[in-house]
Formats: sequence, structure tokens, C-alpha cells
Amino acid sequence: MHDAARILQLIVNGAASGCIYGLIALGFVLIYKATEMVNFAQGDVMMLGGFAAFTLIAHFHLPYWVGGILAIVITAALGYALDALIIRRVIGQPQFAVVMLTLGLGFIFRAGAGIAWGYDSVGFETPFTNKTIDIGGLILGEDSVSIIAGTVLLCGVLYLFFSRTRVGVAMQAASQNQLAAYYMGIPVRTIFSLIWAISAGVACLAGILLSPISMIDVNMGSLGIKAFAAAVIGGFGSIPGSVIGGVIVGIVEQFAGYKLPAGFQEVSSNIVLLLMLFVRPQGLFAERMGKRV
Amino acid sequence: MRYLFRTQYRQDIALWRHNGDRFWYGLLAVLILIAPQLLGEFYIGELGGVFIFAIAGVGLMLLVGYTGLISLGHAAFLGIGAYVNAVLLSHGVPFLLTLPAAGLFTAVCGAAIGRPTLRMSGLYLAIATLAFGSIVGTVFQKWTAVTGGFDGFAVPTPYVFGIAVESATGLYYVAGAVLAFVLWLSANLLRAPTGRAMVAIRDSEVSAQSMGIYLARYKTLAFAISAGMTGLAGALFAHYVRFLAPDSFDVLLSVQLLTIVFVGGLGSLRGAILGAVFVRLLPQFIAIVRDDLPFGIGRLPGLEPALFGLALVLVILFQPAGLNGMWLKTKAWFQAFPFKRQANFRRQKSYAKSERLK
Repeated sequence: MHDAARILQLIVNGAASGCIYGLIALGFVLIYKATEMVNFAQGDVMMLGGFAAFTLIAHFHLPYWVGGILAIVITAALGYALDALIIRRVIGQPQFAVVMLTLGLGFIFRAGAGIAWGYDSVGFETPFTNKTIDIGGLILGEDSVSIIAGTVLLCGVLYLFFSRTRVGVAMQAASQNQLAAYYMGIPVRTIFSLIWAISAGVACLAGILLSPISMIDVNMGSLGIKAFAAAVIGGFGSIPGSVIGGVIVGIVEQFAGYKLPAGFQEVSSNIVLLLMLFVRPQGLFAERMGKRV
Repeated sequence: MRYLFRTQYRQDIALWRHNGDRFWYGLLAVLILIAPQLLGEFYIGELGGVFIFAIAGVGLMLLVGYTGLISLGHAAFLGIGAYVNAVLLSHGVPFLLTLPAAGLFTAVCGAAIGRPTLRMSGLYLAIATLAFGSIVGTVFQKWTAVTGGFDGFAVPTPYVFGIAVESATGLYYVAGAVLAFVLWLSANLLRAPTGRAMVAIRDSEVSAQSMGIYLARYKTLAFAISAGMTGLAGALFAHYVRFLAPDSFDVLLSVQLLTIVFVGGLGSLRGAILGAVFVRLLPQFIAIVRDDLPFGIGRLPGLEPALFGLALVLVILFQPAGLNGMWLKTKAWFQAFPFKRQANFRRQKSYAKSERLK
């Protein structure tokens, strides 16, 4: 009985941290689906979002919900500016130019955050910190539950946004065929910048949800590498796939820490990623696509 | 302005295009040989560091600049070369054997990681090599029986023909010789069918394949050669730092190596050298001007990675041909003086190549 409880605990913890990976991966996937670019600075955007929330909530003493939403809006604006001012200029250059560009931006973000907020870990009070709920004898931290609930809620909101709103449908159209979308009168460039904004906003949400279980610090962007595993498992093109991939990575990580010798927990996500790429590079959920000249 | 009048096909692939090349590169070689007489020990040490990074840069240039594959895990190959060399040396194997052994072993590792990643396109390859680099980094930290873990690993002094390579000058000459060898190898490779095949793969995989180039073989080969050269650089790097710390071969180092290639200018061996000069001398430059900068900018921690990031961003946005491109433009300006034409180096309009089937 004790063992079963322990395993359930591991699964919930893994699912919680996995949701964070899934949210970062969702940011990758949104941008990749639309523009075939990958933002290697996604983890650092999450870090900036976390610090923005920290400043608003801990320094300006805004309520958690107001501060959180404001931080998401600010980070989304940053994402929009990032595309409109910088990323858009390299369209047409080889793909690895974008990889290097976003890597470079990530280092700049890190240094900028270090200058603005210092290199110490910080945290802020959330309504979920250090509280537990009891579900049928299983004691869960409210922080883990809040992450899972937040992720599910966000997926629902995104689903409604992409299927029901005009802008959402325009985004789908622009992702499927830029030229056709452009001919239909969709402002493709603005739509792409908006997608970058949504992706940055999602990253910021990930940072805020993460803050009760892990402190915010300059190097939290390295979570981005684990999020790659999540995105690859999901097939790098499917939004629910990336979240499910994130949960898989999170749970594998928890069990690797529990069962395997030290060191395996840190690399488990990388091993899962490489195995996935070798065995089934198209991911679990993506439809098969051929390659054209 | 020099006009080359070609009378033989051999001239197209000659290593030296004309006597001017022979003269200037000869002069450079002489200057490098007598530099220890002219400069102080510190500067020779720094130049040795530049040589070591130039070796790794040339290796990465073959992969990124000429084959069009990206690797975010080359720090791992540098680390493998360094540890293989150091471990073999500490078991009493002579340096003249451990150096090629480090290169060969790393080349095998490169082929091993290159082979399964071949099916992947640019993006997946970047992610896979990133994951590989991070796994190898963790192995260095946890495999304490071999690497000493966080206690570090003291690298024994190498002997070349019975002479101990202890001073910075000694390492400078060894690194210079290896760099010359690597450059000669790459230049010959690039004018041979193998190099042509690599360039063809870079420009279009599908058309290369339809010209009869066996993609898997040449991509694996490119990976192996690139990793092997980086391994050689790693072996020398071990002697340069003298004490191996497992966490020094991280993503930041991989990005530094890529900075060499991008800042230097993709698709040119000269670029790899210029990039190495930039990457090695930037920290020294920061150290020199640190106290003179206003508002204490020089004292901020994390300044160095930020400047590397900034250099990458600026080069990709404004000067995709890198330092080598700047050099070519300057040369063309003087050669054509006063008839510089605005359109000479205008960037061609290009469109994103989609990897999807639509």
C-alpha cells in the first residue's frame, strides 16, 4: 500500500513538472507549425516571464491573479516585438541561422535578467504555496494540482481560440499555406508575430505556474532542453501531443530518479529524446509527411 | 586588380591560386615561426589558445559551413578528445600516439552519433546533438573512476621526441603544427570529390542524391572528420588548461565553437581562423577594458556570454558572410578603387525552403 501511494505520488509530481515541459514545448510547436522556425530561447522567455511576474507580485504588491495576467501580457508583447523586429529579418536564410540567432538571443536574455534581477534565486507567494489537498486519502500539494489544472485550462482555451475565433482560424490558415492565406487577405506577417506573442505568453504562464515548486533564477531557461524531448515525442506539430509528451518526460524523469542510480534523472529526458529520434522521428502523434525538392 | 588567366584545368583546383598567395601565406608562416622571439610568453600562450580553437573551428566549419549540417554538441567531442588524451597519457602512452588516438577515437564517436542522425533535417539534428552533448557532459561528471568527477583531472606533461612540452611556446608550436596539418587536410579534402560531394549536399540534398552522391556515406564521413578534428583540438586543449573540469564542456562551449564558424563566415577555412581569433581574443579584450568602461559595465557577471550572443545576433542579421565576408569586401573595394559598385555584394533575395509537403 505504501509503495502504491509512493508511485502515485511520483506520477503526480512527474505530471506536474511534465506539464511545465509541455507548456514550453507548446511554445516551440506553435511557432514551428506556423513558421518552420524553432525558438531556442523559449526557456529564457519563460525565465523573463517568471521574473516579470516576480517584480509585479513581490515588488509592486499586486494580487497574484492581476500580477500574473499582467506579466503574461508583458511577455506576449515581448514575443511580438521579438518577431517583428528581429526574427522576421532572417526569413529565407538557412534554418540553422534561426537556431543560432535564437540561441544568441537566449544568452542576451540571460545576461539582461542577471543585470536587472541579479543571480540569486527568487520566489513569490502564490495562493498554492505549501498547501495540500486530500483526494481520497492521497495527499497532494496544491502547487502540483494547480500546474496540471492550469495546463488543462490553457489547452481548452487554446482549442477554443484556434477553432472558434477569427484570428485563430486565420492562424491555422497561415500555418497551413502562407501564400494561399495571404491571397485570402490574411495579414500573414502580423499573424506570425501574434503567434510569437501567444507562444511567449504561454511560456510566461509556465514560469508563473512553476514558481511554487521551483525558484525563479537566471538559468531556469535550461529547462528548454527537456521541453525539446516533449515536443519531439509529440511530433513537433501537435498541440495536445506536446503536452502529452511533456507528461511522459516528466514521469520518466521522476521514476529514473527513484529507481536508477544518480545522474540518470538529469539525462533521462535526453535519452528519451534521442531514442525517440532514432526509433520514431515523426513522433507519436504527427501525420506522416514526405519531403519535396 | 589581378586577372587570372587560366590555361589548364588544374589551375581551377590548385591550392595556391597565384604567386601572391604563396608570398603572403609564406610570410605569415615565417611570422608565426618567429613570433615567440618577438612576443612575450603571455601573448604566445593566447596565440596557442587561438590555434587550438581554430583547429576545432576548421573541423566544425567542414560540418556546418561545407556540409550544411549543424551540431550543438561539439563541446562533447572536444571533451572526449581531451579525456582520451589525458587518460592515455597518464597510463604512460607517449604523446605522439595519444594525440592521433584521441583524434581517431573521437572520429569514431562522431560517426557513431552521425549515422543514426542522418535521417534528420537541420532542426532535429540540432536538437539531437544538443541532447548528445548534454548526455556526454553528465557522463564526464558522473563517471568518476575515469574522469575524476568534480575533483578534476591533472593532465600529465607531454613529450615530443623526448622534449617536454611545458612552456606556452612549446604548446604554441605543437598547436601550430596540428593546425597547419588540419588546414592542409581540409583544403585538399575540399578540392577532391569528397569535398565537392559535401558542398553539393549542403546546397541541395535531393539534387546531390540524384547526381549519385550516397548521402549516408558522405554525411557520416563529414561528421567523423569534423569530430576527429575537434578531438585533436580537445587533446591539445587538455594541455592548454592543464586541469580538466567536467563541467567545462557544456552547451556554452558548443555555442562558442559555433560562434567561431558563424562570426568567421560560413563556408571558408579562412573564416574559421578569423572566428577563432575573435572568440579567443574577445574575453582578453574584455579583461583589458574592464576597468575603463563606464557604469561598471565591465564588472557585470555574465558579460561574456552576452557579448558572444550579441556577436552572433549581429552577424546573422547584418553580415551573414561573417568576418571573411568583411575581408573580401574590403579587398574588393581596394581592388576596384574608385569604382565600387553598390550592387557588388547586395544580398540575393531568398525564400525559405520548406521541409514540408504541402
